[in-house]
Amino acid sequence: MREIHFDEIVEKVKNLVMDAEYKLPQDFIQAIKVSVNKEESDIGREILQEILKNAEVAEKEQVAYCQDTGYPVFFVEVGQDVRVVGGSLKDAINEGVRRATKEGYLRASLAYDPLFDRKNTGDNTPALIYFDIVEGDKIKIKFAAKGGGSENQSKQAMLKPADGLEGVKKFVLQTIANAGPNACPPFTVGVGIGGTFDYSAVLAKKALFRPIGERHPDPRIAALEEELLNLANQLGVGPLGFGGTTTAVDVKIEIAPCHIASLPVAVNIQCHAARHKEIEI
Amino acid sequence: MSNVKVITTPLTDEVIETLRAGDRVLITGWVYTARDAAHKRMLEDYEKTGNLPFDIKGQVIYYVGPTPAKPGQVIGSAGPTTAYRMDKYTPKLLELGLKGTIGKGWRGPEVKEALKKYKAVYFAAYGGTAALLSKHITKVEMVAYEDLGPEAIRKLYFQDFPVIVANDIYGGDVFEEGQKKYRKLVI
Repeated sequence: MREIHFDEIVEKVKNLVMDAEYKLPQDFIQAIKVSVNKEESDIGREILQEILKNAEVAEKEQVAYCQDTGYPVFFVEVGQDVRVVGGSLKDAINEGVRRATKEGYLRASLAYDPLFDRKNTGDNTPALIYFDIVEGDKIKIKFAAKGGGSENQSKQAMLKPADGLEGVKKFVLQTIANAGPNACPPFTVGVGIGGTFDYSAVLAKKALFRPIGERHPDPRIAALEEELLNLANQLGVGPLGFGGTTTAVDVKIEIAPCHIASLPVAVNIQCHAARHKEIEI
Repeated sequence: MSNVKVITTPLTDEVIETLRAGDRVLITGWVYTARDAAHKRMLEDYEKTGNLPFDIKGQVIYYVGPTPAKPGQVIGSAGPTTAYRMDKYTPKLLELGLKGTIGKGWRGPEVKEALKKYKAVYFAAYGGTAALLSKHITKVEMVAYEDLGPEAIRKLYFQDFPVIVANDIYGGDVFEEGQKKYRKLVI
């Protein structure tokens, strides 16, 4: 069985987090560049250019793209033929986050208890980690820094099977329109359809990791993604909500089987600080 | 969009009266930072003692929780946070003399009414462009609630900090007016 040491994971997670905070993914940057030429509003074009400039400065100066350095969310696929030695995988990921926060000058953005004194945990731990066991002897770690502003505008609904496709479309578009300027568009919209109440939201978040423009393998879902993207850009929200034709750069849908009584749908709004990155160890 | 207006803090009624939704404005001077936790505590302190941690008359509050400064920086990345979360507290602060707030996103009806009533303006800064905006901040001083970390109240010195008037004293709303022009689909 392959062994990976705790310390190696700590170091790699630290670098993963810092890189993601300083440098937006290339597919997203490319999508914004394309949008600059298509955007109809003057202020919209100006904002898209500011977004590109901000990305350049953050990368060059190695500073956080956004002051909200986000809730650290991880999707971890652990090969069943690999063993972590020297400590637990969970502790290693949290230690990586802790060091990235300190050494990378990230903002501490987690409140320890949500209801009472809301004291800041000070180091962005505990991270939210979803584990999955897969074949092989590698560990794949996907990281997203999820900002509060766009997470606050995300929504879940338990629709009726009778609501069907039309009901899902309406819910997704209403969620995008309501998110508006509060959630820093242009958005990447993650949609989870099916599963259970909770799993639909996990699927919506997972969908955000798929590269922009890469369509779902099911051609019916792929067509729905394109239709929703097109409709989202007719809502008028525009860059940062000042009005325009670039409200979203992509809509990505993940689906799962569901109960015969249910049609769960979740919409995870991602702001233009679309920070995510993955590594394989 | 009209020409760029240059204003300095603290703000006076005369300046407020000239500002219209959609105006581009460069702000120079001291502003105060406060976001969720600082607002909650400020208003609780006011209830108990009748005082706020700083003299709010004519002042501007920037809704921001910056990242820590790296060596050589004055401040870390420092873009606006979503404003509506402060709506519960804003009318009282406007009543006490606050003249401007800076954030991103929509304000609720109570805040829009209070802006008219107390003559104040809500400015929007470009959300998420935090690495660029921090370059317009040249000095930082701690004011209160240091234990709140990124949510502490700080004084920032702005040098030509770029904002857009989002809500003015005449009922104008830059987001509503801007989106109306491009809305082809009503959901």
